[in-house]
Amino acid sequence: MSVLVGKDTRLVVCGLTGREGRFHGLNNRNYGTNVVAGMTPGKGGQDVEGIPVYNTVHDAVEKEGANTAMVFVPPAGAADSILEALDAGIELVIAITEGIPVHDMLRVYTHLKRGNARLVGPNCPGILSPGKANVGIIPAHFFSEGNVGLVSRSGTLTYQIGNELAQRGFGNSSIVGIGGDPIAGSSFIDIIQLFEQDDETELIVMCGEIGGEEEERTAEYIAEHATKPVIGYIAGFTAPPGKTMGHAGAIISGSKGTAQAKAEALEAKGVRVGRTPTEVAEIAASMLGAKA
Amino acid sequence: MDLLEYQGKQLFKKHGVPVPEGRPAKTVEEAVAAAEALGYPVVIKAQVLIGGRGKAGGIKLAKARGEAEAHAKAILGMDIRGFTVHELYVEQASEIDEEYYAAILLDRTAKKPLAMLSRMGGMDVEEIAAKDPTAIVRLHVDPLIGFQGFHGRRLAYEAGIAADVVKPVVALLSRLYETFVEEDALLVEVNPLLVTKSREVVALDAKVTIDGNSLHRHPETAAMRNPAAEDPQEQMARERGLTYVKLDGNIGILGNGAGLVMSTLDVVAQAGGSPANFLDAGGGSKAEAIVDAVEVILSNPKVTAVLFNIFGGITRCDEVARGLVTAFGQIDVKVPFVVRLDGTNDEEGRKILADASLPNVHVEKTMLGAARKVVELAG
Repeated sequence: MSVLVGKDTRLVVCGLTGREGRFHGLNNRNYGTNVVAGMTPGKGGQDVEGIPVYNTVHDAVEKEGANTAMVFVPPAGAADSILEALDAGIELVIAITEGIPVHDMLRVYTHLKRGNARLVGPNCPGILSPGKANVGIIPAHFFSEGNVGLVSRSGTLTYQIGNELAQRGFGNSSIVGIGGDPIAGSSFIDIIQLFEQDDETELIVMCGEIGGEEEERTAEYIAEHATKPVIGYIAGFTAPPGKTMGHAGAIISGSKGTAQAKAEALEAKGVRVGRTPTEVAEIAASMLGAKA
Repeated sequence: MDLLEYQGKQLFKKHGVPVPEGRPAKTVEEAVAAAEALGYPVVIKAQVLIGGRGKAGGIKLAKARGEAEAHAKAILGMDIRGFTVHELYVEQASEIDEEYYAAILLDRTAKKPLAMLSRMGGMDVEEIAAKDPTAIVRLHVDPLIGFQGFHGRRLAYEAGIAADVVKPVVALLSRLYETFVEEDALLVEVNPLLVTKSREVVALDAKVTIDGNSLHRHPETAAMRNPAAEDPQEQMARERGLTYVKLDGNIGILGNGAGLVMSTLDVVAQAGGSPANFLDAGGGSKAEAIVDAVEVILSNPKVTAVLFNIFGGITRCDEVARGLVTAFGQIDVKVPFVVRLDGTNDEEGRKILADASLPNVHVEKTMLGAARKVVELAG
């Protein structure tokens, strides 16, 4: 089993004919993901190395049975594209696009929560279930099958931590990037719930960063509901207040959203927090040592 | 992106939020001309992106030309909590009867706009909350429904504002919400929201933050950015499309991906060092971007050593290495570099660096090892 993407995934790539969409869409297909369609308005009838392109997501759903959409559309049109996928009945939308205006995402999020579909991202690297499917831009060759579920607000930091885990012999059940934007479709809690239900996942690593209160809320959730061990990591201990640290959501507002507060909230609920990526892997080894 | 008071008020005016008449000024002459045109008394206000202007002496009342000139002279160039005053706003003075507080902001946790109103204005919102937590009324707004009359009425009645001004306050809140949505703001704050002696309701101050990701659809707001008030390195980086934040220390940092760069700063600090900057060269960093980035980092005179921490995903380590070699060819580099290349094409990248045998460039295999090395070299 894997979370969210796997052998049943039938992927439509919104923006498949663009440079990034094409590169990663084909990469995902090479990994074994079932990429059934592309969507670019005005390019319906073309194909990208055999993948049929449609003018609308609705066509991709009707003609190819797409059930998952990956959005590579530039920021100005990305919210439109997410809403189109939801309207077409797509169950899971994975939005890679960085830079979508917050007000667009407020409307998308409010609409999303009135239905049953799920959105991962935006501003995220996607989802990889090693050996099963890859939807997004995560470089799959660093990761192997295993029992650690990884959920993160950051892309390259996930690769760093995944790599540290790999060096100690751990593989991953799934790696889910929830993205670095202030309004994200899926939260840590949403993904931890999925890892809880996933038989292959024995240990969960959550990788947070400054800004917002998601990590604090997650700490409460873990204390009450999680049965599997969780290890935390928080980036941004040295970040100054009031400055956006790359990700739109990574900003300390006044005294709120500091790494210190997040680490303390997690530790207060019994979650061990690694202070460096290396230490995360060390903690994982001490918890799952016998299996490594 | 934070706006100056007068810039925020320009947006208010556009959306029908009542504001006193005023004019911006960059020189003493302009300020006096503005005062003469507006008619006395006027208030001369320092335009800086920091609170506490009044206490610092940056807001003064002028009843005649001589006073206007003296205040403008005194305030221009003044330092307010680390911010130099480059601009003034000259505004018709208002007679204060009551001071309220109003704001619309993005509530990240609830993922909804949050409207706030209080009858206790003129002090920080934290101060209001400390004095009387019940004095601030908060109401979430469904972004798909927008701000309705009932939102305004609930806020006004629950905040206990004077009955005779409920209608204009509700109208102002509605216009404020329109500003929040149509200008893609993350925050619009009015403090104080003034009731004048003649019982008119006006926004006496404006604190507006615009979503930087929305500027493509607000060219007029984008043009409000004030390079004079910006840090020179941050300005240089922005012009080159790099994500850079200046910090206090002496170790220049470059990495790919926001999370990894933040983590790199933390690891360097834990190793006993002090980072000089955050610089995310981004996914897929090409050689030219690396040259640009090295120039920006080294333009900060405090930098005594530089750490490159790359974990290649989309970014290819050989591209980064080539960029570094090119940069060393173009710039006279006087400080040591520590380079950690891991991930996509890392071996090719390390080979390029080895073949180029750049002076004072140290290649490390791990992030932790690289952090320790750069701290040692930075002195």
